[in-house]
Amino acid sequence: MSFEYAPAPESTSIVKLKPTYGLFINGVFVDGEKNFSTINPATEAHLAHIAEASEADVDRAVRAARVAFGSWSKMRGSDRAKYLYRIARIIQERSRELAVLESMNNGKPIRESRDVDLPLVAAHFFHYAGWADKLDYAGLGENPQPLGVAGQIIPWNFPLLMLAWKIAPALAAGNTVVLKPAETTPLTALLFAEICQQADLPAGVVNIVTGAGETGRALVNHPDINKVAFTGSTEVGRYIAQAVAGTNKKVTLELGGKAANIVFDDAAIDQAIEGIVNGIFFNQGHVCCAGSRLLVQESIAETVLGLLYERMKNLRVGDPMDKNTDVGAINSAAQLAKIRELSDAGEAEGADRWSAPCTLPEKGFWFPPTVFTNVSQVHRIAREEVFGPVLSVLTFRTPDEAVEKANNSPYGLSAGIWTEKGSRILEMSSRLRAGVIWANTFNKFDATSPFGGYKESGYGREGGRQGLEPYLKAASK
Amino acid sequence: MSEHIEVRRTAKLFIGGAFPRSESGRTYEVKSPEGKFIANVAQGSRKDARDAVTAARAIQPKWAGATAYNRGQILYRIAEMMEGRRAQFIDEVSPWAKSAKKAEAEVDEAIDRWIWFAGWSDKIAMVVGSSNPVAGPFFNFSVPEPTGVVAAIAPSRPSLLGLVDTIAPIIVSGNTVVVIASEDAPMAAVTLGEVLATSDLPGGVINILTGSYAEVAPWLASHMDVNAIDLSGVENEKVAADLEKAAAENLKRSLRPGIELDGLTRIKNWLELKTVWHPRGF
Repeated sequence: MSFEYAPAPESTSIVKLKPTYGLFINGVFVDGEKNFSTINPATEAHLAHIAEASEADVDRAVRAARVAFGSWSKMRGSDRAKYLYRIARIIQERSRELAVLESMNNGKPIRESRDVDLPLVAAHFFHYAGWADKLDYAGLGENPQPLGVAGQIIPWNFPLLMLAWKIAPALAAGNTVVLKPAETTPLTALLFAEICQQADLPAGVVNIVTGAGETGRALVNHPDINKVAFTGSTEVGRYIAQAVAGTNKKVTLELGGKAANIVFDDAAIDQAIEGIVNGIFFNQGHVCCAGSRLLVQESIAETVLGLLYERMKNLRVGDPMDKNTDVGAINSAAQLAKIRELSDAGEAEGADRWSAPCTLPEKGFWFPPTVFTNVSQVHRIAREEVFGPVLSVLTFRTPDEAVEKANNSPYGLSAGIWTEKGSRILEMSSRLRAGVIWANTFNKFDATSPFGGYKESGYGREGGRQGLEPYLKAASK
Repeated sequence: MSEHIEVRRTAKLFIGGAFPRSESGRTYEVKSPEGKFIANVAQGSRKDARDAVTAARAIQPKWAGATAYNRGQILYRIAEMMEGRRAQFIDEVSPWAKSAKKAEAEVDEAIDRWIWFAGWSDKIAMVVGSSNPVAGPFFNFSVPEPTGVVAAIAPSRPSLLGLVDTIAPIIVSGNTVVVIASEDAPMAAVTLGEVLATSDLPGGVINILTGSYAEVAPWLASHMDVNAIDLSGVENEKVAADLEKAAAENLKRSLRPGIELDGLTRIKNWLELKTVWHPRGF
């Protein structure tokens, strides 16, 4: 039996784009000297012109944030809370508009931006709003103090969610921020700037500077920021750690990953298959914690692969605005080239490649859901982060071997465990060197749940009580 | 244009999300300290209290089962709804407030208090719970849970802020409550019921009785389906001691009057702590 899906496109009419967006500095939009074009990666259609912030623009933004820090940090926590609750409520009110815009600019399926990204964004602001007047309970003793101005740089895979992860705790703790969205996905951050205006957030508390690497570099190296928060590649994270060495800037880094998703022979197989698919194909695999290495117990490897291929044949790849789409567009031509390069290397190094049969749209950036088998631990596709819908499959015989292989990575962001045996889940959890462990589930996120990596996946946590710590210091005695 | 003759409100009880009159058919006269008639207010009875406990018990698992995020949003919604009735609340606490300014301050604080407690809903477990490094191959953690149905006697003054400070910390963690409002200054409590009815709060989570606590509280204290009792509003020491004794029959958790508590301690009064053990090993 086969099911045919009629097109179910989400209308984009809810989004009213301006032709050009300036920089959001001190509560108002100001023009930049130069502009760049931002596009829809599913169609390559131009969406808007975006200002590129120069070093001087970044300096203006930092100065605005510094001035605003004076009153924002002294405001009663309960009053800061009210602003953050307002923002949370406006995000809920405008959630459909934000979800549509996110899918247009990022390429992710509307089902995900609508049902995952946006609810989490609102929840994050709601959660940290509640912390603003409870900082004494954050774990740093009584009356902890904000750091000052935070320079924040976020990636393109969850544009608005990463903004929420950065801005909500920073503001709750009494800091002000200068945030740089990713070059390819600036639009929801700019809509967020409008939300700050609707909420009457005091000018300068949130500043948004758009641009590429140079803008980010200017922000990280600005002498008057007290804190750098970065989510992105390990390569850039390493640069940032070196750039701030010897300064007083506090740093948190949330970097790459190569998560092992470990399936034992006693796992509930159907759930595990769904978990494998969700682990690697959620958000086109543009997920730092993606379960990109499947470690399956040898005795069930054949069964698991058979079921996985069957399941993957039913994945619907295509128009992100279609409500039935499972896998959307790759975010950029550059990312597509990187995925292709690593996949080709996989084949060249001797692994076997299988891609789900699907018709890809002619325009835009696309890559079919792909599995590599006969992968060895030394292959590049088993070691390097692909950041795309590409799964490498390895096998193991014993739990010890699974631990060994899972930990054999410079990364340590997340891991998955599939077994019906509780004690094994907990023993595996304690041995895996990763910041988030999902057992019989994968890619779960919550505002109350700390997230972050071990090893070269970075340091610092975002979410929950621990997510406040990067933005606070203990009161001086 | 002719003058608008005020349409006065009937002051009723708030039980199970509805606004019944007292089943006893009684009301009592509420007057300002200067002796000016304000309203005839429902005088709750033993039967009303028992109906309220039934309603509170029925909804308690659902309220406790809601996500902390959901409960937090509902408490926040209560603040939103109160803000819209700010002027009315100020009017209603004014006869008993020392000044107009104090009446305003009381209402503003009551609104802000909901927001403060709303923020606690998803943080209680982080601050009160723990992961316990037991000496053995076990995973061990402790999580707070609501105790169940709580009966409460709200302080007579401040009539609104005292009421909010009593009920918000009870319900935020998933308990439900039957509260007896300030006897001589119940007007803001009646309005609060109307606010709660439009705040997405499931019916029965908060039940507000007006009338004499000396008459009604003993029935709550001895009620075998009530898990805890807040005696904060009981001014007479002898009455408080008698209520505590009655409450001891089924080992209700009792909060004595006259104890100053910060927000988190208030919440913790109405929590149980559950510790879970699970072995580790391949």
